[in-house]
Formats: sequence, structure tokens, C-alpha cells
Amino acid sequence: MFRSASDNIGSLITFTLRKDRVRIPLWLIGIIFFTILIPLALDDMFPTQDERDVMAETLANPAVTAMVGPGDIENYTIGAMTTHNMLLFTAVVVGLMSILLVIRHTRTEEEDGLSELLLALPVGRLANLNATLFVLTVTNIVLALVSGFSLYALGLESMDLEGSLLYGVALGSTGLFFTGVAAVFAQVSESSRGATGLSIAVLLLAYFIRAIGDVSNETISLFSPLGLVTQTKAYSANEWWPVLFLVGFSALLFLLANYLNAIRDWGAAFLHARAGRTHATRFLQSPIGLFFRTQRTAFISWAISMLVLGISYGSVMGDLESFFQGNELLEQMLIAEEGYSLTEQFIPALMLVMGILATVPPIMAMNKLIGEEKKNRIESILAAPVSRGKLLASNLIIAAFNGFVMISLSGIGLWLAAEAVMEDSFSFGTIYGASLVFYPAMLVMIGAALFLIGVAPRFTGLIWVYVVFSFITNYLGGLLDLPEWIEKLSPFGHIPALPVEKMEWTPIVLLISVAAILIILGFIGYRKRDIEG
Amino acid sequence: MSIVEVKNLHKKFGNFQALDGVNLALNQGEIYGFIGPNGAGKSTTIRILLGILKASEGKATIFGKDAWHDAVEIHKRLAYVPGDVNLWPNLTGGEVIDLLIGLRGGNNKHKREELLERFALDPSKKCRTYSKGNRQKVALVAAFASDPELFIFDEPTSGLDPLMEQVFQEYVQAAKNAGKTVLLSSHILSEVEKLCDRVGIIRQGKIIESGTLSEMRHLTRTNLLVETKEPIPAIDEWKGIHNVQKDGQTLDFQVDSEELDAVIRYVSQYGIVKLESAPPTLEDLFMRHYEHKQETTEGGNS
Ligand SMILES: Nc1ncnc2c1ncn2[C@@H]1O[C@H](COP(=O)(O)OP(=O)(O)OP(=O)(O)O)[C@@H](O)[C@H]1O
Ligand SMILES: [Mg+2]
Repeated sequence: MFRSASDNIGSLITFTLRKDRVRIPLWLIGIIFFTILIPLALDDMFPTQDERDVMAETLANPAVTAMVGPGDIENYTIGAMTTHNMLLFTAVVVGLMSILLVIRHTRTEEEDGLSELLLALPVGRLANLNATLFVLTVTNIVLALVSGFSLYALGLESMDLEGSLLYGVALGSTGLFFTGVAAVFAQVSESSRGATGLSIAVLLLAYFIRAIGDVSNETISLFSPLGLVTQTKAYSANEWWPVLFLVGFSALLFLLANYLNAIRDWGAAFLHARAGRTHATRFLQSPIGLFFRTQRTAFISWAISMLVLGISYGSVMGDLESFFQGNELLEQMLIAEEGYSLTEQFIPALMLVMGILATVPPIMAMNKLIGEEKKNRIESILAAPVSRGKLLASNLIIAAFNGFVMISLSGIGLWLAAEAVMEDSFSFGTIYGASLVFYPAMLVMIGAALFLIGVAPRFTGLIWVYVVFSFITNYLGGLLDLPEWIEKLSPFGHIPALPVEKMEWTPIVLLISVAAILIILGFIGYRKRDIEG
Repeated sequence: MSIVEVKNLHKKFGNFQALDGVNLALNQGEIYGFIGPNGAGKSTTIRILLGILKASEGKATIFGKDAWHDAVEIHKRLAYVPGDVNLWPNLTGGEVIDLLIGLRGGNNKHKREELLERFALDPSKKCRTYSKGNRQKVALVAAFASDPELFIFDEPTSGLDPLMEQVFQEYVQAAKNAGKTVLLSSHILSEVEKLCDRVGIIRQGKIIESGTLSEMRHLTRTNLLVETKEPIPAIDEWKGIHNVQKDGQTLDFQVDSEELDAVIRYVSQYGIVKLESAPPTLEDLFMRHYEHKQETTEGGNS
């Protein structure tokens, strides 16, 4: 029965490979490229064992462990460093790759009615699933071997053949495991979005279970596939048993997916799409509610990311002093200021990075309006008694609120982590103030985005050029020896470097005025121009 | 009083003249059909009426108010359904309906439920999963449930199945009976013919014909089918006769209205056995203009 159900699998495999002849190589090249790039970069940045030990010291705290997993701190070679910093993240990416590829070839095809065409041909009912599993298995084996051997081929002292292969195989077996997870959810869920969502939820859950386990009790981590990945301890203890577990579980998941596929009808599923609300809440019945609702997921994801970013920066604060000594590159970037600790002097640079990063989500929120226009959805709103001014103002409020939350969360995250790892930490006000002081610069960026929407709707993309320009001139300005006036072309160049410098209100007032002028001009333009759709 | 009035409306997109002096007037309580070939300027006219596009020249008023300046005031009293309804993929149909009604300010729960049932629309599904026809139903339900004075439809039925089209026509008729005014742009000529009191034909940004259907028919050709005892000689050469088709003794042709009298006289000499006449359908009218258009564009390009 099983054989005939998989009839003609060979031609389906060819077909699947042909459809993905660009996609799979791109994923593989990207992942392998980063896998070999990182140890090279680490070797470049930390050439001596002393420097690596300082780094190890800095990273040996619960916040970092929760993020990247446990590492071999005692024997922090380039190999151990690579495993510590990169293995888990890369495994998450490999898991994501497998999930997306599997769903694409199974539930998505079914949903679009594509595999109905195939089923009408002389192919078995399970052929499509097994062709997909086969292709993904091969993909992950290739990934394991190529990344393993390439790591070894780098010829770095601490990266022996066994460790390199284990590193690669750990990645490949994570891929296999999530191939199985996605294959099961492709049977269970009715829609491809549902199947993708559930699979990614398992991936995130695995990550968090491991995070909790790694900081509290390592046994808990063993219940997570990603916990097993870090337990391989590639380049130090070289444990192979976690890989066996992962491969074994993958095989079980493959069987389960086959079983579920065999007992269900084509197009049917075990979980049905949940019926949504039949009525809108009061909040939704306004432009502001609508914009908030359509951006909610992006908002929450960004908010979490900013908090995590703040926490991760804050978590390295404990050992900064020792870290800085002897690192010329970093010392050059800091403003040499008497009377302040190196850690304190480092804060404005961190805040600048976080401030510019936190500008990305509010600009995306602002530009959402132009996206909606291009997708022809603004016309339905403007055909109702909603003025253009109200529409634009609603979007502006959302963006300004978004930016405020983002920058606040990054500051709060940094303070929380610093409080946890430093003996003599900063007051909340110092840190939060140093972060919030960038808000007026952010408002100028939001204002510039709004200005483009109103006056030059075809060129709204230019705002990203300005963001990148701000980042380069301000973050790397000291390094590149740029004249100061170039830095001042960006609003971020006018912000006082708290807590090292004194608070100055003149530039703040200036920035807010510039933002106000941009916003007013944008409103005038928006009320005069044609709406494309 | 005219509910909608458009005078000498021009619209340029860069160098391209999309509207070239459009004139229109809709009276209270009438259904006005707005037809024309693709790219003629129907949607552009409607978008100017909605204040979404700004006219380059000319005047557009609704309820006596300026379509651009008083857009918000005007929109409180009208509902618009575009042909290509684009909805927010992660909201449900029910949420979008409430949103659109809520923005307009009215709320008729009872009517909403009735419409959902008549149009057989499941409001609990995400818009992402709706077919084109279902997305159109969302906009139609929102429009009919909010009870405005003026409806503007731009190809509202292009994705509906025949049964739903029927439901749509019923609601339009009911709106007219309740004294509402309707502007209906459509490519489905049978629908326009069935519903509309007056029709305007637009081509290349100009209204080339407008009036009631009977007025327009008057200006055009009648279809005739005659069977005579004796063959009619040289009928093809007769002035005002077109598209002659012969089937034994039966002739099928079209006659220009002003020649009808003379033609009947001539034909009756040969002993009429059977005579059938049919008014031109809107399609005939439209086709005539459309064919004509192709001639002129060919001429214009050379
Ligand atoms: N934003 C725009 N920029 C440039 N040209 C445009 C724009 N919008 C419309 N046009 C052009 O104006 C002309 C009129 O378009 P319009 O959409 O009004 O036609 P329509 O009568 O609604 O046609 P259809 O029956 O296909 O819907 C077309 O030639 C179109 O290409
Ligand atoms: Mg159109």
C-alpha cells in the first residue's frame, strides 16, 4: 500500500527540485557563507587567547546564556567561540528554512489547488509529501557536509575535523527535525499560513524552553531540539548523542506526517481555520484603530526585538572596563572625557545605535500609508467622510507612538540588564534619559517620511537613504574622521551625548521645530495631491 | 435639482489627457448608467467626483457642493463601491463592513444581517481568503447597509455570479424606489439597460452620447426581419440600410431611424409575408460607437 501510494515519486522529486533550483541554493549559500565568515571575523577581532578570555568573561552572564546558550567559557578557543555565538542562531535559521520550504511544497500547493493537478496524474497519494521530505533531507545533508568541511577547510587551529563535522551535522539535523515538524503541521492545518505559523511557534517555543533551561536547569533544555543542538558542544566536548536524538525524532515525525496524510482527504485538515470576528470592535471603526490593527503584529515583534536588543547591550556592561582596555578601535570611537568611566562613555554610542534602529519601525509605520495607497485601499477610506488631514494625522500619531515605545523599550531593556549584571549600576533616570533624548531626532525622521508622502510620494524610499546616512555619519563618524558638519546633516548629530555631556535644550527645540515644519509641509502637500488609489 | 453635476471636466496625467471636457448631470432619484470602452475615463471621472483625484480644469459638484473642497461633507451622504475591491487581508469581512459603515457614521444592524444573508457572505472569514466576488460583496453590503442618498458604483458586479447580480439589481431598484440617486458604471450592458433611466457614453475622455434609452434609440438603427413574396431587388444599395443578411426569401438588416419610413414603403411593394422589428439593444448602440472609435483612432494615428 505504501509503495503504490508513493508511485512516481521520482518524477515528483525532479519537479520539486526544478521549482526550487534557485531558492534552495540561495538558502544554502547564505547559511554556509555566514557559517564560515564568523570564525574568520572572530579570529581577526580576537587574535590572542587573552583577548578571547576577556570576551568570555564578558559573555559569561545569564542574559547572554539565555540568548545564545551555554558556551565553553573555560577553554574559549575560536572554535568554542563560534559554537557559542553562532551555532544556535544558525540552527534557528536552518529550522526556518526547512519550515518554509516544506510548507511551500505541501500545504501551499494543496491550498492553491496545484497538487490536485498532480493527483490526477498517475502518482501516489503520499508521493508529493515524500518527494518533499526527500528533497529536504538531501538539502540538509548537503548543508551538514558542506558547512562541516568548509569550516575544517578554514584551517583555524582550534577547528578540527570532528568538531567541524559535528557543527555541520548539528545544523543539518536541526533542519531535519523542523522538516518533520512542518510536514506534520502541513497535514494538521488547513491553511499554509496556519501551518507555517504553528511550525514557527514550535521553533520559538523550543528556543524559549532552552533559554529557561540554560539559565536554570540544563535538564529542561534537553526537552528542546535547540537545547540538544547546544549540547553537542562542538569544538570542545564534541558530543554526538544529541544528533542521534534529533535524527531519531525526525524519523518519527516523518512517519507521523505520512500516517496523517494517508488517513485524511485531499484538501482536508485536522484543524480548521478558526472563524474570525463577525463584527468590528468600536476601536477599529476609525482610521487610527484600523492602522493600529493592521500593524499590530509588526509592532509587537519590533517591540520585543527592541527590548531584547536593549537587554543584550545591557548585559555586556558588567565587564566593559576590562574589555575596552587595549581595544584601540573602540577607544577611538569613544569621546575621551575625564571623570567618566569607560562604561559611561560607552552609553551614548549604544544609545545612538539603538536610537537609529528604533527609528526603523516608526518609519515603516509612517510609510504604511503609501503602501496602502499603492494597494488601492486608501480610496475606500477617503470615500467615507474621512478627511485627508485626519487620515494623515492618524497615521502620524501611530508612528510617533510607535517610535516612543520602541526607544523606551530599548532604554528600559538596557537598564534592566545593566542592573542585573553590574555591581554599581546606573539610576533608571540616567539610562532612560540618555535613550529618550534621541526621540526628537526620531521625530525629524518621521517628519521627513511624512513630508515625502505628502510632497513626493514617488520618492518615499529616500527616507531609508537618510537613515543609513545618519547611521554611517554618526556611528562611524569618529572612525572615519568626517568633518563635524556632515554629522550635523543628520538629526542624530545634534543630540547631546548623555550622560557624558550635559543636557542641552537648544538643539532639542531646534529639532522639534524642524520636525514640525516638515510635518506641516507634508500635510499641505498631501491635501493637494492626487491619491493614486 | 441635480444631485451630481459635472461641467467641462478635464484631467491630465502628465501629458496624457484622460478627461477632455466631460459633462454630466444626475437628477434626484434616477439611475444613471455610465458606459464606455476600457480606458475611456469612467473611473477617472468617478474618482474626481469622490475628491480622490483633483480635476485639472472644470467643475464637479455633488449635492451642490464642490467635490474637492467639501469632500468630507459630501461623503457623509454617499456610498461608493469600486470594481476592484482591495481589503485588509488580516481583517475579517464583518470587521471591514463595520469599519466602512462606522466611518460613515450610520449603523443599521438589521439591514446588515439581511444583506449578509441575501448576498450569502460569511463575515467571519479573513479577507485574505475571499474571492474577488466575495470582496465585492463586502463593499456592497457596507454600501447598502449605510443608507446614503447617493450611490456611486464603478463596475460593482464584475466578479459576481448571475444570482448575486440579480440580488444587486434588486437592491439598486429598491434604492431608486426609496428616492435615492445612483451612478452606475458598468460593462454589463444588459444590467445598465435593465436598471438605468438615463445613460451616458464616454469615449476618450468625452461624453459622446447621453440621454434616455428611448431617446438614444431614436437616433439609431432598428433591426428588421422581412419575408416577401417576391425578391426585393438592390436592397443593399438602398440608403440607410446596413448589415444585410439573406436567407432564402428572408432578409435581416438594420435601418437608420430616419430612413425607416422610406424603406418600409419600398419593401411593401414586394408583398410582405412576415415582418419583425426590434429596437436596437444597448449593445448595438455601444458597438456602433465602439466600431466608430476604432476607425477614428486608426485615422488619428496615421
Ligand atoms: N494615475 C494615472 N496616471 C496615468 N494615467 C492614468 C492614471 N489613472 C488613469 N489613467 C489613464 O486614464 C485613462 C482613463 O482611465 P480610467 O481608469 O478612467 O478608465 P475607465 O473608463 O474606468 O476604464 P475601464 O473600463 O477599463 O475601467 C486610461 O487611459 C488610463 O490609462
Ligand atoms: Mg474603470
